[in-house]
Amino acid sequence: MGRYVAQRIGQALLVIWLAYTVIFLAVQLLPSDPVTIFLSTDSAVDQATIDNMKRQYGYDQPLLVQYLAQLGGLFTGDVGYSLASGEPVALRISGVVGSTIALALSAFATAVVLALAVVVVATLTRSALLRKVVLNLPPLFAAVPVFWLGLVLLELLSIRWGVMSLFPDGSFLSLAVPVFVLGVHVSAPIAQVLLKSIDTVYNQPFIDVLRAKGASASWIFFRHALKNAGGPAMTITGITVGTLLAGSVITETVFARSGLGAVVLQAVTTQDVPLVQGLVLLTASVFVAVNLAVDLLYPLLDPRILKSNGQGSPRALAV
Amino acid sequence: MTLHLENPAAASSAQTTTAPAPARRRPSARTGLWLTALPLVLVLGWALFPGLFTTADPIAGVGAEKFLAPSAEHWFGTDHLGRDIYARVVHGTSQTLLTAGLAVLIGLIAGTVIGLVAATAGRVADAATMRLVDVLLAVPGFLISLIVVTAFEPGPISLGVGVGIASIASFARVVRSEVLRVRNLDFVEAAFLSGGTYRSVVLRHILPNATGPVLSLLAVDLGAAILAISGLGFLGFGAPPPTPEWGLLISEGRQYLGSAWWMTSLPGLIIVAAVVLLAAFGRQLLKIFRF
Repeated sequence: MGRYVAQRIGQALLVIWLAYTVIFLAVQLLPSDPVTIFLSTDSAVDQATIDNMKRQYGYDQPLLVQYLAQLGGLFTGDVGYSLASGEPVALRISGVVGSTIALALSAFATAVVLALAVVVVATLTRSALLRKVVLNLPPLFAAVPVFWLGLVLLELLSIRWGVMSLFPDGSFLSLAVPVFVLGVHVSAPIAQVLLKSIDTVYNQPFIDVLRAKGASASWIFFRHALKNAGGPAMTITGITVGTLLAGSVITETVFARSGLGAVVLQAVTTQDVPLVQGLVLLTASVFVAVNLAVDLLYPLLDPRILKSNGQGSPRALAV
Repeated sequence: MTLHLENPAAASSAQTTTAPAPARRRPSARTGLWLTALPLVLVLGWALFPGLFTTADPIAGVGAEKFLAPSAEHWFGTDHLGRDIYARVVHGTSQTLLTAGLAVLIGLIAGTVIGLVAATAGRVADAATMRLVDVLLAVPGFLISLIVVTAFEPGPISLGVGVGIASIASFARVVRSEVLRVRNLDFVEAAFLSGGTYRSVVLRHILPNATGPVLSLLAVDLGAAILAISGLGFLGFGAPPPTPEWGLLISEGRQYLGSAWWMTSLPGLIIVAAVVLLAAFGRQLLKIFRF
């Protein structure tokens, strides 16, 4: 167990460090430095301003110094300064991240409920037609663009039926609809993996034994199959972090909500490289942390993972 | 030893249990493939010869025909400049498909090289490349696209490159696992024993036999790329406004949500249909290749 935990934590740290290094190198590969790119949209800018700003942000230092200084900054929570506002990137992000986290978490809960509903109906229904319909839902959910579903619901609910305001006003629907839109999108991969692993479990002999002993279909499903199929679904859950983030940015734009989405859009349109860099680094860290948590919780759910060759990540089982 | 004992048993059991299956399953798999392929051919036709499918001009509008609801004459209605939306969807196909195609091509080529190296060039190379893939997986594809779009000007090419880089990881993983599977088959050993070099065996025997799942991923990934590109196009990071592009069409319609529902709803249905069909096509391919 200790070995497994140490391995997982070491791997997570390695990935964060690598991600940081790759991003740093990618920024160096740009046609010019971030300051010049940022100021390129300005028509009248002289070399002195550029040099001055470069010095302020430390882009005139040798590469190795920049690399180490920025790497050191990571440990103190300093991920650079926004070129557009001069604010620390961490402050800029932490100021708005709350509403995005709320949206993402509620959407995630919705997605899990939706995915479970799909799986329960598909497994327990006796109607072949209903099963067929339900089984086709996840591929459909995966194909519906978040922004399109959001706009269609907005058109129906607020313009045609007038039950919801176009802008967030704190009413129930103005919170629930964005959550639902994002939840539908995220539920697709969770449902697909859960369906697949439920299928695998149902092909195992112990299910036949349970049936022979007279267990009912729902008893087998809830008491035995779901538990055994939960592992891979939990793993895919960690991987949906990225989908949740991208979906949040788009959902926030469609529903005019404030949050990380507005910051991301602003950072990209003003070509604010350090801000984008900080956003990427933070997201990657969240992704790695969530997946580390999933990996560490996995043995509690399925101790077999510790007995398998030891180096296999649970993620390998999910695919 | 155990391998040799297991093999005949597996082969014979496969024969007895699945012998009738090919006769029944083959035609249905083929029909499914054709059913999903035909509409996709239509979409490809839109991209290659848009003039055959619509005579309306996608860029210049007719001033007297603003905001017309869908009708026999304008299937998808008209927009704020009196342009036929169906014509804009048809003409926008090539823009969307080209960007998505560029993305998939980048993912396929880079992913295949990385996957091949990881699976055939020894343990150190495997560990190194797979950690790199982990990094690519740790940064959401959406953000990778955003970095590229920020660093270079927003536009279809940087969009395609960004989405392409984001899809390298999934191709690398599939190619690696397929090559690992094929590499352990007997005929590969035979090819090495009969004097094949690393290069010839990989190119002649391993790669061709590992293509099935990769082709399937290609179809699915094209759908995912279309989705990602239309999303980023919706945010305004793709082709500039006069060009018809699927995501941009919807984003233009957003301002007229109250007066012209068809400007957002109908182009979106085309995106949904294209992505669903590509995913289904990918699943059918996998069914046919996996005996």
